[in-house]
Amino acid sequence: MSTDHHEDRPQGLTRWLFTTNHKDIGTLYLWFSFTMAVVGGIMSLVIRSELWEPGLQIVEPGFFNQMTTLHGLIMVFGFVMPAFVGLANWQLPMMIGAPDMALPRMNNWSFWLLPPAATLLVLSLFAPGGAPGVGWTLYAPLSTRAGMGMDFVILSIHMLGISSILGSINIIATILNMRAPGMILMKMPMFVWSWLITAFLLLAAIPVLAGAVTMLLTDRHFGTSFFDAAGGGDPVLFQHIFWFFGHPEVYILVLPAFGVFSQIIPTFARKPLFGYTSMVFATATIAFLSFIVWAHHMYTVGMPMGGELFFMYATMLIAVPTGVKVFNWVSTMWQGSMTFETPMLWAIGGVFTFTMGGITGLMLSVTPADFQYHDTYFVVAHFHYTIIGGSVLAIFAAVYYWLPKWTGHMFSEPLGKTHFWLTLIGFNLTFFPQHFLGLAGMPRRIPDYALQFTGFNEVSTVGSFITIVAQLIFFYLVFKCIRGGKKATDQVWEDAEGLEWAVPSPAPYHTFATPPQVK
Amino acid sequence: MSISSLKSLRSVVVPMSAGWSLFLVGGLAHADYALNFQKPVTEIGREVYDLHMLVVWIITVIFVGVFGVMFYSLFKHRKSRGHKAATFHESTTVEVIWTVIPFIILLVMAIPSTATLIKMDNVSGSDMTVKITGYQWKWKYDYMDHDISFISTLSTPQDQIKNKAEKSENYLLEVDNELVLPVGKKIRFLVTAADVIHAWWVPQLALKKDAIPGFINEIWTKIDEPGTYRGQCAELCGKDHGFMPIVVRAVNEKDFTTWVKEQKAIKLAAVAAADKTWSKDELMQKGKKVYAQCAACHGATGKGVPGVFPPMEGSKIVAGPVAEHLNIVMNGKPNTAMAAYAAQLNDIDIAAVVTYERNAFGNDTGDVVQPADVKVLR
Amino acid sequence: MSGAQGSYYLPNPSPYPLVASMGLFLLALGFVFFVNDVAMGPWAMIAGAAVIVLMMFRWFGVVISESQSGAYNQQVDSSFRMGMAWFIFSEVMFFAAFFGALFYVRQFSVEWLAGTELLWPGYEGGWPTAGPAGAEVIAADTPPSAANQFSPMGAWGIPAINTLLLLTSGATLTVAHWGLRKGNRSQLIIWLALTVVLGISFLGFQAFEYAHAYSELGLTLKAGVYGATFFMLTGFHGFHVTMGVIMLTVILVRCIKGHFSADHHFAFEGVAWYWHFVDVVWLGLFVFVYWL
Ligand code: HEA
Ligand code: HEA
Ligand code: HEC
Ligand code: CUA
Ligand SMILES: [Cu+2]
Repeated sequence: MSTDHHEDRPQGLTRWLFTTNHKDIGTLYLWFSFTMAVVGGIMSLVIRSELWEPGLQIVEPGFFNQMTTLHGLIMVFGFVMPAFVGLANWQLPMMIGAPDMALPRMNNWSFWLLPPAATLLVLSLFAPGGAPGVGWTLYAPLSTRAGMGMDFVILSIHMLGISSILGSINIIATILNMRAPGMILMKMPMFVWSWLITAFLLLAAIPVLAGAVTMLLTDRHFGTSFFDAAGGGDPVLFQHIFWFFGHPEVYILVLPAFGVFSQIIPTFARKPLFGYTSMVFATATIAFLSFIVWAHHMYTVGMPMGGELFFMYATMLIAVPTGVKVFNWVSTMWQGSMTFETPMLWAIGGVFTFTMGGITGLMLSVTPADFQYHDTYFVVAHFHYTIIGGSVLAIFAAVYYWLPKWTGHMFSEPLGKTHFWLTLIGFNLTFFPQHFLGLAGMPRRIPDYALQFTGFNEVSTVGSFITIVAQLIFFYLVFKCIRGGKKATDQVWEDAEGLEWAVPSPAPYHTFATPPQVK
Repeated sequence: MSISSLKSLRSVVVPMSAGWSLFLVGGLAHADYALNFQKPVTEIGREVYDLHMLVVWIITVIFVGVFGVMFYSLFKHRKSRGHKAATFHESTTVEVIWTVIPFIILLVMAIPSTATLIKMDNVSGSDMTVKITGYQWKWKYDYMDHDISFISTLSTPQDQIKNKAEKSENYLLEVDNELVLPVGKKIRFLVTAADVIHAWWVPQLALKKDAIPGFINEIWTKIDEPGTYRGQCAELCGKDHGFMPIVVRAVNEKDFTTWVKEQKAIKLAAVAAADKTWSKDELMQKGKKVYAQCAACHGATGKGVPGVFPPMEGSKIVAGPVAEHLNIVMNGKPNTAMAAYAAQLNDIDIAAVVTYERNAFGNDTGDVVQPADVKVLR
Repeated sequence: MSGAQGSYYLPNPSPYPLVASMGLFLLALGFVFFVNDVAMGPWAMIAGAAVIVLMMFRWFGVVISESQSGAYNQQVDSSFRMGMAWFIFSEVMFFAAFFGALFYVRQFSVEWLAGTELLWPGYEGGWPTAGPAGAEVIAADTPPSAANQFSPMGAWGIPAINTLLLLTSGATLTVAHWGLRKGNRSQLIIWLALTVVLGISFLGFQAFEYAHAYSELGLTLKAGVYGATFFMLTGFHGFHVTMGVIMLTVILVRCIKGHFSADHHFAFEGVAWYWHFVDVVWLGLFVFVYWL
């Protein structure tokens, strides 16, 4: 059989291009995601610099819109989603006691669809007329009238979608089929549970997005009239289809983050996770509800009253299971014996700032009030708190938590802590004032604004530069940790529990040749 | 968590909570600064404001409660203080409690929200109707009961935007033609758009509705006090989305009647002017003004934006037969950004702008198009 | 690898995924150029498609030979099954987007437009329709007499025949499967071949129907929302049938080569599931696009 030379790592470029190993693929995902975060981050600096003061400073309005659009798309599809898939690739097999992912070749394909897709996205900037300046939500008919750049984005989304679908199929098959003997579903670590549920969200949501952009494409080039009233269609139809995908998408971004919090907090509180069962059910409930709330993004389109009420109630309901999760995390800390190593700082910071975003989400769910919040900086503040406060802080927490297991070295705690505090301060400075801007009436997606908004915008811009500079520390820290450092023990963190801590650090290329027995 | 990190934690939390408290207190005082909603001037606006503050208070209390517990735990239950970990990891009772209580809190929010929403939805019994149409990037207002209609565009000069001149007080929130409305009357708005989706938003009226091409949304307002209320387009509508403000001037009934009369007189004058023959110079002068609307896409110097908006300089259509040129300006080109201007501009404007385009930017067809030429095409 | 679970087959590094992505990239780029009238578009598309087809031959070739060499145990088989099942689920959601669009326009947008007298005077809505500014609808299956008219597709002509064809093909496929399970080779091959023939006939009829719609009924992609939903739904379905027929043909060849045993034939079952899925989607189409 052709599997004998598996134990030695293949070398050179082809190791990365052709790999079928979950750890290599995980690494690829994480570096890809890092690169995209840098690109999206630079775009956010263009946005923030333009908004430093009133008047047009550095870019034209059209280009500003292109930056907003690409920033949103790249951060969501290029940074956060791949980061979590990378973490899944590294950790899922280790956490459930499997030799690898269930479908290793397909795993490689899921990754290698991303760089070409990202290339298409960035290429759109060089199309005649540039990238589409239509917002990451791609609303018709603005997008049906946009230039050639729009087609690049559409095709890019198709490829990203294929990648996500294949990736989630793989994750489902791995979790359902590859668990070590004895690991029944209700013994799976929460990170595994969160990913299982997220994968189902992806499978149900991404194809719908594919359908939406396909209709855009045919409206643009083949004369259909899905989104054109003259032919009997409706621009709002696009929004319904987009948000049927889009709302589950935001939970796709955040559920794995919840999983990360649920791994890290018990470790450093030295106490088992409070309410494991209710965590599982809460996650499933959130996933279910996420499919019936989509129209809270479109309260102002003029839906019939019954619809507005239904979506308001359903949206409010999501606070209940999410609250259960927050309460469980706090209860896990309660009466613990806590220490505050870097991963724990990120996790606590994450729970705190995510909740800030969550409760402003609740404000947005109130339809009559959302008429005022909608399409203002209040919404921008809300979702950066949920996404950065929840997902991004969790990504960092996870990387710090598992980095010693991946590299075999401990990282520098002082640097990690500095990175944390600078990011936390910078991020809050950037986005907290935006709540006030939004309430006072500053619309989103504008390159220039009225004079009364100047002060908070300046604070926000300063904050964004602090955040970005802080990321240099992270890069340096990771670089150093790969190269060397204090040897990590197998368990790494005192009191860490789970199969991944039973294998040596760094984890061997093929983790479990023989499956461990789970008690 | 080391002492130093606690300090830096304080450095974030303290200013943030200070900001928030100011906001809560300021909110109560209905103060007029840029921390909270602008002062509402309608009954619905005040209801929305109260609803907003109700929710803000609820979530602030919840937030302080939950994280009060967490921070207490962070200080007391740490290993460095010698705290030993407990082992409990579930309790059906508390889990049920903290599922049910949030649910009840949500009900408290849902009930007044529903009531307000139902009120907002009721457009019946209105005294007058204004049709609002969004265009890239201006608003058109049709007073359905008074036979008045006009277009309202940004009046802030480019020099201010380009930082070449001092910015005026209402920078970006000022227009050439304000929407004049009477106070104390229930006014119904029919909101629609001609090209892409826009959203008509005036914060102090608590009104925001999407303007969707091909469909009509209905909203209403009843303004309490005279004043000038400023808003902006709230839905991304392309390049100049940030530059299509809305200004409502609410006046008492008498002033409104006078204003209506004035508008009628202006209209009559325009009709008369359309019948006369215009000189080339007059047309060029007028055309230059009208062209400001076209400049958003085709550029002030007629150079367009390569790949997106064609230049007027050296354009085949501009240099070609007048009929073709008039046709594209009046009827637009379907599925492109080039809108049909027949409904937006009167005969004089169209004649003037076409004459202007044909004789500016180095184009020198020498053609003169008269309002009468346009009229026959309608 | 060895050991109890070590028998889970872990493939060697493989160039095919990367090649597949490159092919897809070329195809996508070519398509963007093509729809924007950039000259090299079609060529890039052809190149991309060729790369993908070649890659598929090789990749599937490897999988088949691994399968034949007995590398796949029960657990691998079950990974494949889950993979295929959830892939089909994602396809269902793709169609759901288009069905959703159909229901939405029929239930809501057309009605609302009909109620918007101010913008669309005289428009009455109803279904089928090409919208307030689109062509006028006349009775089903009647060639229009004027330029600005179109005729929707009736249910009881070709579509009904196609329904029968597809339903029958589902049955014949099941008979073939029984043959496989019993080890009855001739039953397997004959009934499978019959399934392929039925699938091809379906496509033939559909091609004819499209030609008829375009050349005689004035029913095109441009015929408002009716044309849009009609062609997008039936078109994507037709595309899936084409894929299904190709897959069935591959399986037929493999059956003839004797690749499958009575208890080890995931590839056959995967294709069968796919075919049944295509069948079910058609029933939805028949009811909601053609009939009601
Ligand atoms: C990770 C991403 C993420 C997450 C998790 C959320 C979570 C939520 N979001 Fe958010 N949202 C976005 C990302 C996210 N959102 C994005 C990207 C947009 C804008 C898209 C665009 O237009 O570009 C958006 C926009 C958006 C809107 C539309 C605003 C508008 O455009 O007008 C609304 C409206 O209802 C909303 C609501 C909510 C709600 C109710 C939640 C809830 O899930 C929050 C639940 C959590 C809590 C409530 C906190 C914890 C709970 C407790 C402590 C319990 C007790 C609490 C109570 C009983 C009050 N979101
Ligand atoms: C994941 C999502 C994400 C992230 C991380 C960010 C990060 C940032 N965003 Fe935002 N943003 C969006 C998603 C995101 N954004 C979306 C969806 C929109 C709406 C677009 C639209 O309107 O269409 C938007 C819009 C938006 C606007 C409004 C623009 C407008 O309306 O005109 C602004 C303005 O200030 C802004 C600013 C910023 C800033 C300063 C950051 C900074 O915080 C960036 C700092 C950088 C980081 C925090 C990343 C650090 C990470 C790494 C260095 C990699 C680590 C990698 C691994 C560990 C693998 N963003
Ligand atoms: C929102 C953007 C926009 C505005 C505002 C606009 N145009 Fe255009 N215009 C376009 C676009 C896009 C085209 C190209 C249409 C096409 O694809 O052929 C165009 C084409 C034209 C052409 C034909 C040029 C050629 O060579 O094809 C003329 C003439 C023209 N516009 C005149 C005007 C006039 C006069 C105005 C103002 C009253 C105006 N436009 C306002 C976007 C705009
Ligand atoms: Cu009009 Cu934005
Ligand atoms: Cu949402």
